[in-house]
Amino acid sequence: MLMIACPWCGPREQTEFAYGGEAHIARPADPDAVDDAQWADYLFMRTNPKGCHREQWNHAFGCRRWFNVERDTLSYRITSVYKPGERPAEPAA
Amino acid sequence: MTSGHRLAEGGRIDRLKPLAFTFNGRRYGGFAGDTLASALLASGVTLVARSWKYHRPRGVVGAGVEEPNAIVQLESGAFSVPNARATEVSLYEGLTARSVNCWPGPEIDFMALVQLFSGLMPAGFYYKTFMWPRRLWKKYEHYIRKASGLGEAPAVADASTYDKMNAYCDVLVAGAGPAGLAAALAAGRSGARVIVADEQAEFGGSLLSLGSAPLPRIGGRAAGHWLDAALRELRAMPNVRMLPRSTVFGYHDANYLTIAERRHDHLPLGERAGCRERIWRVRARRVVLATGAIERPLVFGNNDRPGIMLASAASTYVNRYGVRLASRAVVFTNNDSAYGSALDLYHAGIEVAAIVDSRRSPGGEVVQKVRDASIEIIGGSVVVDTRGRRHLSAVRVVQMDGERLTGRPRHIECGLLAMSGGWSPVVHLHAQSGARPRFDVARACFVPGEAIQGERSAGACNGTFDLESCMGEGAAAGAQAAALSGFVARATKPPAVEASAPKAQPLQPLWLVPSPRGVSRGPRQFVDFQNDVSASDIALAAREGYRSIEHVKRYTALGFGTDQGKLGNINGMAILARELGQEISATGTTTFRPNYTPVTFGAIAGRDVGELFEPVRTTALHAWHEERGAVFENVGQWKRPRYFPRDGESMHEAVRRECLAARNGVAIMDASTLGKIDIQGPDAATFLDLVYTNAWRKLAAGRCRYGIMLDENGMVMDDGVTTRLAENRYLMTTTTGGAARVLAWMERWLQTEWPNLKVYNTSVTDHYATAAIVGPRSREVLSAVCSDIDLSAAAFPFMSCRQGAVAGAAARVMRISFSGELAYEVNVPANEARHVWDALLAAGAANGITPYGTEAMHVLRAEKGYIIVGQDTDGSVTPADLGMEWLVSKDKDFIGRRSLLRPDTARDDRKQLVGLLSEDPSVVIPEGSQLVDDASASASAPVPMLGHVTSSYESPALGRSIALALVKAGRRRTGEMLLAPLRDGRRIRARIVSPVFLDPEGTRQNA
Repeated sequence: MLMIACPWCGPREQTEFAYGGEAHIARPADPDAVDDAQWADYLFMRTNPKGCHREQWNHAFGCRRWFNVERDTLSYRITSVYKPGERPAEPAA
Repeated sequence: MTSGHRLAEGGRIDRLKPLAFTFNGRRYGGFAGDTLASALLASGVTLVARSWKYHRPRGVVGAGVEEPNAIVQLESGAFSVPNARATEVSLYEGLTARSVNCWPGPEIDFMALVQLFSGLMPAGFYYKTFMWPRRLWKKYEHYIRKASGLGEAPAVADASTYDKMNAYCDVLVAGAGPAGLAAALAAGRSGARVIVADEQAEFGGSLLSLGSAPLPRIGGRAAGHWLDAALRELRAMPNVRMLPRSTVFGYHDANYLTIAERRHDHLPLGERAGCRERIWRVRARRVVLATGAIERPLVFGNNDRPGIMLASAASTYVNRYGVRLASRAVVFTNNDSAYGSALDLYHAGIEVAAIVDSRRSPGGEVVQKVRDASIEIIGGSVVVDTRGRRHLSAVRVVQMDGERLTGRPRHIECGLLAMSGGWSPVVHLHAQSGARPRFDVARACFVPGEAIQGERSAGACNGTFDLESCMGEGAAAGAQAAALSGFVARATKPPAVEASAPKAQPLQPLWLVPSPRGVSRGPRQFVDFQNDVSASDIALAAREGYRSIEHVKRYTALGFGTDQGKLGNINGMAILARELGQEISATGTTTFRPNYTPVTFGAIAGRDVGELFEPVRTTALHAWHEERGAVFENVGQWKRPRYFPRDGESMHEAVRRECLAARNGVAIMDASTLGKIDIQGPDAATFLDLVYTNAWRKLAAGRCRYGIMLDENGMVMDDGVTTRLAENRYLMTTTTGGAARVLAWMERWLQTEWPNLKVYNTSVTDHYATAAIVGPRSREVLSAVCSDIDLSAAAFPFMSCRQGAVAGAAARVMRISFSGELAYEVNVPANEARHVWDALLAAGAANGITPYGTEAMHVLRAEKGYIIVGQDTDGSVTPADLGMEWLVSKDKDFIGRRSLLRPDTARDDRKQLVGLLSEDPSVVIPEGSQLVDDASASASAPVPMLGHVTSSYESPALGRSIALALVKAGRRRTGEMLLAPLRDGRRIRARIVSPVFLDPEGTRQNA
C-alpha cells in the first residue's frame, strides 16, 4: 500500500485516496474542432507505460482535493507530487 | 499418561501443570508449554493424518510453520478452526482436535484403498480423467472434493471478535531468534521505536531448542541466561513493542507490513475474552528480517512414513518438549547440522543406530564427537527406501557412487529417521518486498538478493547459519536501521559466542536420492507431502513439455497446500532444473506472495462485520416510519420505507392503497434521501450549463428545472431538479444513490479542468428533511399549515419555489412532482422534520392523508413514464434513447455533448425507452425479461434479442399492468407485438406503446 503525500495535507495512507487515472489529458478546448478519432483518443486512449506515469489522485477521505502524482508503475515509487496546473518537481527519468 | 514417550526431565514444558486434551475422540495428556504436536508425540501418537490424494498414513514432520502433515480441525461449532497446524497449536486444558481428510480416522481410513491405485494417479490425473466430457465434471467434482479435502469450513458464525491496529515504527524486526533479538536490542538502545514480532509464544527462536549437549555460551553466560537477560532488557524499554504469537505475514509497498497477532488461541475456550486476533498494519521506516531458515527434507523412496521427520524437528521435540521420540533412530543427512541432532538424541537416551551421510568421507569436529559417542557413520551412502505399515520400522541403506547406487543394500531397524537436506533461508518477506532471491551455489540455497525497499536480512534467513555470525549480523542490521531512521546507535560489539557448534564442513547438494528402479518405477519419493507430489510427478510434467516452474507448480500442485511448499518447493525446483538440464538459478522460484502463513478470515474482516459492515443512514423521520410499521428497503446506505402495511395487508394491497390515495386524495412521502447540493458562486450558472444538457442562465430565481447529467461518453449518469434560490445560488437534487458520486464528479471537473470557475459545492443532503405532499388535495393540506405563501396556481405555478413558514418552521417549498400529480416538496431543517411532518399529517387527517413508500413512488412515476437512472438506464443510454432530445441544448457545450455526435450514439436503431402493455392486462412481466420479436415464437433458438424490461408494475390507476423497456429502434416499432420468453416456459406477448401511460398532457400536475 502506497504512502501518498497530499500537497495540502501531507503524507497519508493510500486508503484515504481515490485513483483518477492518467493526468494531463486535456479536454479539447473546442470539442467541435476535433474529429471523431481525436475525440475517441481523448476519451479512451491512455499510455499505460511501464515506468514513469503521471496520474491524478483525489484525497477522497481527507481534503477532497485533486492533485497529480508521478509514480513508477514498476517499482511503485512516487517521484513527485504536484498540484493541478503545476509541473512535476523534477523532470521525469 | 504414556510416560514411556516423555523424557524424565529437561525441556521448557512445565511437568507440574498437566493438561488434558482430546484427539480423534480419545483423551490424552500433556503439559503446559507443549504444542498439540509435541503432546501427541509424547503420548505415542505418531499417525496423525492421511495424505490429501492417496490417503497414505502421515506423521509429524516438522516442529513449526513448515508442517505439511499434522493438519487438524481444532474445536467445533463457533470456535472451529479448519486446517490448524498441530505444531503451532499451543496446548490448553480441554483442547479438542481431530484429523482431517480421513474417515472414520487416520488409523482406519476407508479412502486408504486409493493407495492401491496410486500408480494410476499421476500428475494431472484429475484434469486428464475427469474434465472430459465437460458436462460430467460437475458430477465427479462433488465426490473428488469430498475425498480429497482438508478441514471443514465452520458452519456457524464465529464467536470471536477481531481487531485491526495501525502502527508506525522506526525499526520493525521480523523474528525474535538470536539475530532478531540482537537487532532489536541494538535498535532499541538507540531510542528508535521498535516493533519486534515472532510467530511463537516464546521469543528466542533456535535458542529455545538447544539441547543438553554442550551449550553455546553467549557473552560469557549460558545461552538461556543471555536470552532471559535480553528479554528483560527489551521489556524495560518503553520504545520497544514486543509481539509474541504474531506472524509478519505480508511485506507490501512502501515498507507497509502486516502482522497477525493471535491473542487467544492458547487459552481454554472458557477463558477467552475480548478480541481473538489483531491485524497490525505497520509502516516501518526500516525493516530487519530475521525470519530464520527451514530445514529441507530429503527425497527418497517412501520418505513419508510416520516416524520420519526433520532432524531439527527431532532436536526440538527432544530438547524443548522432552519427547522420547523412539527407542532407536537413524539420521540421514548431506550436511553437518544433523550431527548435532544425532547428539541431541544420543544425550536423551535414544539409541542412534547410524548416521547415513551422502558425503563420502565426512570429517571435522562434530563428526568426531559423534564417533566419540560410538555412533556408526555410514559415509557415501543414502537411504533409498523405508518399511513400516503405520509407522516406520526400518530403512534401506545403499552405497552411492556419484549418481549410481552400488553394493548390497543394508536394512537398519529404527522407529525414527531424522533427515536433513540442508537449510532453506526464509526469504519470503524479502521476496514479497519486490526483491529477487538469488541461488547461492556454495551454500546450495536461495539467499536474499538486492534490497528494493528499506529492508535488510540478518542471520539464517540471510544464509548465515552459525550462531556468532547470526548475532553479529543482527546487531549490525539493527544498528544500521536505527541510524538510517535518524537515531544514534552506539556501536556495541555483538556478544561473543563460545559455540558448541564447530566449524561446519560443506554440505553435498542432494536434491533427489537415486532410486534403485528409476524415479518413475521405484517407490514414491515425496517432494510435497501435503499435496502428495512426488519426484516422478515433476519428471512427468517435464516429459510432457512443461518448462516454467510456475506451470509445473500448477500442473502438479507442488506448493499449493496450506503450507505453501515451505518444505518441498526448493527440492521440487531443483528436481525440475535437473530434468530440464538447467542450473537451479535458471529454473528459479515460484513467486512468493503474501500471506506467509494462512490468516483467518475473521482477522482480515476485523470489526467490519454485521452492523458495522457498512454505515446505515436513516432520515430524521426514521423513528416515525418505524412506529408506523414501515417495511424498509435499502437504497444505497439509506433505509427507506418501502410501504406502510395496515393490519394484515400484503405489500400488493398496501401499495395499491397508497397509489390510489396519491391519485385521488392526498399522500405524503419522506423524500429526505434525495441528494442535495448547494451550489454557489458567480460562475454557478456557467458551471450548471457544463454539467447539465439543458440551459440554465435564463432560469429565473425562484424557478425549478429538471436536468439530466451525462458522462463524457454522452451516457446518462444522473438526473434531478435544480432550483435557482438566488442570483448566484442553486440547490441541486440528485438521485439518492448518486449524491456522493455527483458531488465528487463535479468537484473533479472544477478542480482539474475548470479551476478558473468560481463555484463552491456543499453537500446539504443531511441538513434538510423533505416531505413530498402529493395528490389533488395537497394544496388544501399545505394551506392549513402555511399561511405566508400564496399557494394558488397563478401565484405559485408548477416548477417554482417559495420560501415561507410551514408549521412555524422556515421552509423552502418546491412545486415539483415525481408522480404527475399536483405536489409540493417541503424542505425544512432536519431537526424540525418531525414537528412539521406531524403537523402535515394532522392537517391532512380529514382528507385521509396516506404515507407512502418507495414502491408506490415507483408505480406512480412509471405511470408517467418518468425514468429512474440506474433502473431504466444502465450507463449505455443517451438522452435521445430516452426520448429526451428536448432537454439537450444545441447552443452550448456540456459534458458528453461531443460524444452524442459520434456515429454510434447518433444511430437511429439504438435501444430506446418505450412502454409495454402485456396482452393479458393481469400479467406483470418480470423486470429484466428479455424481449424478442413475436415472430420468433415459432423459430428455434437462438433468436435475436431486441431489448429488455426495465420497470414493471401493476398500475392501480389504470387497472392493469404496465412496463417500461429498452427496445432496439423501439419508437419506430410502436404498435408492434413483442414476446417475453420466461425461464419457466411462459411466453408473454406485449405491445409497444408510449412510455407515458397517464395524463400525457400534464393537466394534473399543473392544476
